[in-house]
Amino acid sequence: MRSLLAALLFVPATLLAAGPAAPLEHAPIDPRDLVSLQSGARTFVNYCMNCHGAQYMRYNRLTELGLTEAQIRDNLMFSADKVGETMKVAMTAKDGKAWFGVPPPDLSVISRSRGADWLYTYLRTFYRDDKTPTGWNNKVFPNAAMPHVLWRVQAGSSAVQYDTTVRDLVNFLVYVGEPAAQSRKSIGIVVLFVLGVLFILAYAMKKAFWKDVR
Amino acid sequence: MSDNHKVDKTRRNLVVATSVAGGAASIGAAVPFVASMFPSERAKAAGAPIEVDISAIAPGELKVFEWRGKPVWVIRRTEDMLATLKKATGLTDPASKASQQPEYASNEHRSLKPEVMVMEGVCTHLGCSPQIRTAEAKAEMGADWLGGFYCPCHGSKFDLAGRVFRGAPAPTNLPVPPYQFLSDSKLLIGDDKKGA
Amino acid sequence: MASRLTALWDWFDARMPTVGEEWRKHASEYYAPKNFNFWYFFGALAGIVLVIQIVSGIFLTMNYKPDAALAFGSVEYIMRDVPGGWILRYIHTTGASAFFIVVYLHMFRALLYGSYKEPRELVWIFGVLIYLTLMGEAFFGYLLPWGQMSYWGAQVIVNLFGTVPFIGETLALWIRGDYVVSDVTLNRFFALHVIALPLVLLGLVVAHILALHDVGSNNPDGVEIKKTKDANGKPVDGIPFHPYYTVKDTVGAIVFLAIFCVVMFFMPEMGGYFIEHNNYIPADPLKTPEHIAPVWYFTPYYSILRAVPPLFNSQFPGVAAMGIATMILFLLPWLDRSPVKSIRYRGVYWKSAVSIFVVVFLVLGYLGVKPTTVWGQFGFDAFFLDTKDVATWVARLCTVLYFAFFILMPWYTARDKVKPVPDRVTM
Repeated sequence: MRSLLAALLFVPATLLAAGPAAPLEHAPIDPRDLVSLQSGARTFVNYCMNCHGAQYMRYNRLTELGLTEAQIRDNLMFSADKVGETMKVAMTAKDGKAWFGVPPPDLSVISRSRGADWLYTYLRTFYRDDKTPTGWNNKVFPNAAMPHVLWRVQAGSSAVQYDTTVRDLVNFLVYVGEPAAQSRKSIGIVVLFVLGVLFILAYAMKKAFWKDVR
Repeated sequence: MSDNHKVDKTRRNLVVATSVAGGAASIGAAVPFVASMFPSERAKAAGAPIEVDISAIAPGELKVFEWRGKPVWVIRRTEDMLATLKKATGLTDPASKASQQPEYASNEHRSLKPEVMVMEGVCTHLGCSPQIRTAEAKAEMGADWLGGFYCPCHGSKFDLAGRVFRGAPAPTNLPVPPYQFLSDSKLLIGDDKKGA
Repeated sequence: MASRLTALWDWFDARMPTVGEEWRKHASEYYAPKNFNFWYFFGALAGIVLVIQIVSGIFLTMNYKPDAALAFGSVEYIMRDVPGGWILRYIHTTGASAFFIVVYLHMFRALLYGSYKEPRELVWIFGVLIYLTLMGEAFFGYLLPWGQMSYWGAQVIVNLFGTVPFIGETLALWIRGDYVVSDVTLNRFFALHVIALPLVLLGLVVAHILALHDVGSNNPDGVEIKKTKDANGKPVDGIPFHPYYTVKDTVGAIVFLAIFCVVMFFMPEMGGYFIEHNNYIPADPLKTPEHIAPVWYFTPYYSILRAVPPLFNSQFPGVAAMGIATMILFLLPWLDRSPVKSIRYRGVYWKSAVSIFVVVFLVLGYLGVKPTTVWGQFGFDAFFLDTKDVATWVARLCTVLYFAFFILMPWYTARDKVKPVPDRVTM
């Protein structure tokens, strides 16, 4: 225990982890682009949800992206019955650990722990590597247990198209990380306006009372 | 002297103005706190309407489903059962005037289709779940018993349309939840809006 | 209508005159110096943040689950499924950091104007007790989201208690209630955070304010206003707290809330300092994150802890240094031998010492959030003994300066060339 403490305090951080080898590219996402978000939702459900869940995200919230419940049910729900259910994955953690060595993490808040730029760069820097169990490796996450799930998409698209696909997927993941983000900002503007009005009145009131204090 | 008055008036007006604005802002600030106590998305999803298959329910049979934590009874009523509805006497609210049911269930048989009865199996007295007593149970229920439900907690009695009998502590008929037919064999309990 | 209200008040006042008496004693007839400046906002703001944290905390507790298997999910439930839940959560995270910013500025005011000096030593002592309780409250609260930083931060801090000689292991076991930080620990930290420490905080805040009101407030000139009274026995340089400071603090509160809301609505994570990125990974007892640092408001002391090398294979010297660094605050009223309270009338020794202390505190704070390699290594070999990290040696220097500020204070404050203090306040 003492040595654990010593290790934590004195061993430089770089020795403890395989840090990102590649510099991160900025993810050009627009959180207000509903078409991009819908496209990202489709990619997520078709490719990622075989192994990853987004267990804190409900299907019916996707109506925020401009979809109807019928569209959600018909196009995005494969392993759930009701539109009010959460986006759980079919794979159990036990199976995931057995197949990949580590259970694929839930992606509900992955954009808040890794960041959009990391995700964007990660999904675009897979390369072939015969030494790994999956045959794939990654420049941002060396020796990742995850294979290049989108390799067919990448093979069948131009570089620009693939970048757009990944951008939309990352846009969707950022949305899933904090669905209330847009309303947070718009409510914030109203709140600041109200506080501005209050400030003017309160300051005038203060001046009126303090006029005679020398 | 008048200067002081003016100062006092200015002060008073600004205090009022600031207080009113501050009060309004405080009400606005209270909104998320109050709102947070209303049902969450999880509660709403758990209370979502249920689709049930009624094709396996035989004539005269009662099947129990759960919706919003309550037992919902679906009974396939026979012609005989329906005939008893007209003959029932001693009902507190025979015409279902009290609003215990949606509009389409305030008819004589208290349902969309006469042969399918949908109602919540929750006694309107204090919430126990009544038990079915068919017409054969005359020994226990009395000679003029035509069939219906009996609540064991305090003795309330209901007919086969859930209408309450007088002399029972229960004040109103058994509630009918919103529901609709998705097909002849499928009900959606909990939602009667078209296009659900 | 007005006479009805007056009649109502008279009915109440006849039966519970205490309310009216206390209102007069602490507000409408409490004479405070008329020269309060910017630094005097922070006491009231601290009280406001306390209320904000309690109210938002109550509503969060309605939905949070203090169970290791459910905690992380319940926070996301609040963020997504509870109507307005994300507002409650962000209020509470922003409020936690705001509390420390306000409290540090409030304490700095005391340093600037000698508000801890006679007869206000007790006000200062209650204040330091509030500060320590607040640190405990924040520490217990931070475990609750049950993320990686929550878990490992708690694990490391509890292990610090384990370094105390002889009783350490037992102490750590007692705090945790288990052999490692676990569901048991989470449940008890929840109880401490939600009710035990808030009650202690409220009691200490009341004591703090009562002790202050009994002797009267200090001011930027360090002049005792009670020394000069008018014909009515009121201090000539005093004004009743209500309405003058209630009105002024209203403005201060609105400005504070505006800044609070800018953070809360537009940058609640504050670049990962207010809500740490790693805390969005659920706690994993088998995997330590790459870089554990405490939340920003603890980092100056964490720096001191890290800077002190181990002795006889024990981390205890670092832990002790960190503990003493906080506790030494209690001694401030007796270390400061200056006859003068306010920095306005002190000499160059004190002004230099305070300036150095501020810089040192900020540097230590900055270094605490970074790994020890942040400024690289020294290029040359010398007597570096254990480490060549530049940052560690800077932290060591800052630690020495931090303690020197206090330890040498009796010497340099006695010898400082002070200016004459006026009898009346300056506006």
